[in-house]
Amino acid sequence: MNYNWNWRIFWEVSADGRNSWMMTLVHGLGWTLATALCAGIIALVIGSAIGVIRTTPNRWAVRLGNGYVEIFRNIPLLVQLFLWFFVLPEVLPKAFGDWIKGMTPPWASFVPAVIGLGLFTSSRVAEQVRAGIQALPRGQLLAGTAMGLTLSQVYRYVLLPMAYRIILPPLTSETMNLIKNTSVALTIGLIELTAAARSMQEFTFQVFEAFTAATVIYIIVNLIVVTIMRWVEKHVAVPGFIGPVVAGGAH
Amino acid sequence: MGAFDFGVIERSLSYLFLDGMTFTLKLTAMAALGGIVFGTLLAMMRLSSHRWLSLPATAYVNLMRSIPLLLVIFWFYFLVPYIGGWITGANRPMQVGAFMSSVITFMMFEAAYYSEIMRAGIQSIARGQVWAGYALGLNYWQSMKEIVLPQAFRNMLPILLTQTIILFQDTSLVYVLSITDFLGAASKIAQRDGRLVEMYSFAALVYFVVSFALSYTVKRLQHRIAIVR
Amino acid sequence: MFNPRILLALAVSAGLATPALAQGLTGTLKKIQESGQITIGHRDSSIPFSYYDDKQQVVGYAMDICMNAVNAVKAELKMPNLKVVLNPVTSATRIPLIANGTIDLECGSTTNNLDREKQVGFTNTYFVTANRYVVKKASKVKSLADLKGKTVVSTSGTTNIKWLTEENGKQNMGMSIIPAKDHAEAFLMVETGRAEAFFMDDILLYSLVASSKSPGDYEIGSEAYSVEPYAAMMPREDPAFAKVINTATANLYKSGAINAIYEKWFLKPIPPKGITLNVPMSPQLKKVLATPTNSGEPAEYK
Repeated sequence: MNYNWNWRIFWEVSADGRNSWMMTLVHGLGWTLATALCAGIIALVIGSAIGVIRTTPNRWAVRLGNGYVEIFRNIPLLVQLFLWFFVLPEVLPKAFGDWIKGMTPPWASFVPAVIGLGLFTSSRVAEQVRAGIQALPRGQLLAGTAMGLTLSQVYRYVLLPMAYRIILPPLTSETMNLIKNTSVALTIGLIELTAAARSMQEFTFQVFEAFTAATVIYIIVNLIVVTIMRWVEKHVAVPGFIGPVVAGGAH
Repeated sequence: MGAFDFGVIERSLSYLFLDGMTFTLKLTAMAALGGIVFGTLLAMMRLSSHRWLSLPATAYVNLMRSIPLLLVIFWFYFLVPYIGGWITGANRPMQVGAFMSSVITFMMFEAAYYSEIMRAGIQSIARGQVWAGYALGLNYWQSMKEIVLPQAFRNMLPILLTQTIILFQDTSLVYVLSITDFLGAASKIAQRDGRLVEMYSFAALVYFVVSFALSYTVKRLQHRIAIVR
Repeated sequence: MFNPRILLALAVSAGLATPALAQGLTGTLKKIQESGQITIGHRDSSIPFSYYDDKQQVVGYAMDICMNAVNAVKAELKMPNLKVVLNPVTSATRIPLIANGTIDLECGSTTNNLDREKQVGFTNTYFVTANRYVVKKASKVKSLADLKGKTVVSTSGTTNIKWLTEENGKQNMGMSIIPAKDHAEAFLMVETGRAEAFFMDDILLYSLVASSKSPGDYEIGSEAYSVEPYAAMMPREDPAFAKVINTATANLYKSGAINAIYEKWFLKPIPPKGITLNVPMSPQLKKVLATPTNSGEPAEYK
């Protein structure tokens, strides 16, 4: 094979003449994690709300929640990001659209990426939350109401604390999916980890070194996330209660 | 961007569907088929009592599941010809077209996800059935083929199909390689004519309709299977 | 997962199974003969070199030159029915795809330089252009210095974005550089106001401006930052294939047949919108076509 291996490339100065290629990758990782964190918060908040709505007795609210989940689940993430990045600013009033487009990078790509990833992931979280609540015995809701709690109090003090514990394992894999999915944001100009590896490959022609480094970093991040989530699972576990496993879809 | 011109969609329908959607559907079908076959093999390897079978399969599945699909796409697009050349012993990389390269990429990637589904499917079959098979004189492959896998497939069919809908959506990522799949076709016209709003909205609508219809079908299928059981 | 011993056996048997070819062909030519097809890498929006016309067919100046070279390959191999497969590439994928054998010949707007010659081979230069920027007239940008701290865009994988990144660091310009997938996408960034300037080879900028919705809105910078000789890419260190392609292109240039092709793409209306670029042949290009060269040394194109 006609290929010049050069593993020292990581310590060579990158194209901008300031840092090493290693730092380019580290910056990329930083944006990957920042995007995932912000999108994760949006996904958790909106996803929980929609998930709860889908278990309430109100039929219209349930339909609304189902519609939300179907929309964000049935359009490819890449297309959703294009809608937020390319389409939204053009259909908004001109001044507002221009303001969005005038944001300086990386914010111009970061904000749509966070919104897009957040809402995409929220539909999946909503699905988990709904499944988690419905996995609880119906008696819990009845017992709560019998004790004189209002519906929102039942959710707040009885159903949700248990449901979240049940869905922790699928939420772990959702978190990992979210981190991986941030790479799609490179298509709207965000220089996250995959994009950083790619630009390193373009400038240095060292395809294998660049992609190997990115792969290793993703694996390490994955291991760390799994370890943290296992720790959380253990610390919040209710003694004597083993939650049923909720099946989760993939990436 | 001025007034919108939705006529651009009508003018490019044949390109969008005959070129773009055909590529997307062919890619989805072949990658799903290959992915399920390879995934089932991986699942069987993982459940094997031989460590030298289960360890590599576990490592492969975990590796594929921990890196982003986009990175896998980049990896394979550049790597497949080298691997091909290496396997066939040629002294230069094997020529693999854009289509085959995409099929192999998605097949290898999705196999990791399909294998997790099939593993659950195989484990859902009571072990007694396999022993019953052995007692009847069947060997491992026969009992797998005649007893375990047919049931595992049927039990897991809805989940396998759901994963295939995800695969259908994921194929849009070949956009980054400038390949003319459905999204690629839409984006080429969008950029040539400066009609991003019209084309991307239309693309979103088409993906939604197809995925929604498929997932609705899967849901009905799930009910029917549940009744049969 | 792969058993090395099985692989070795496979490799040996594959080696034995291939019959020795009478003509003794090697490398790319041998591969083309065995597969019965030649794969051409082309671009999305490198107007007028290699791009999609209104019928989604790939056309352009570079495509015409390459088809001429493909005819030479057909004649060399005595295979008049050789199949031509088109494979889309981007600025970022083209070099790895030549290196890994996915494409045999890349026909677009690729700069030949010494850096890239370490990875791929180049045929005789068919165009000479320069790195400039395009801005909206309304932006009042008159020089590189005016772009300090602004958002600019270029196409990823190009010599232009490399230059831009290096210059940004060297001169401490503080520009935010967005990498775009292809030229059309990059130009749209300027058109929609996401980026102030798009740095690219001037000929591509002229074409993008000319085919835009309102060509009068744009201005191309007066200063040229580098010289960019364009050539078709082919696998490196493959003298037999290179000879066929280089002879074909050299004949095309020296016979003057290139002039008609040049006229067709640069002086007459071109698809998809029937615009005319009106770019007469530059003195550098005339010189390069009269004495064909595949040098990657910029000094030779001054």
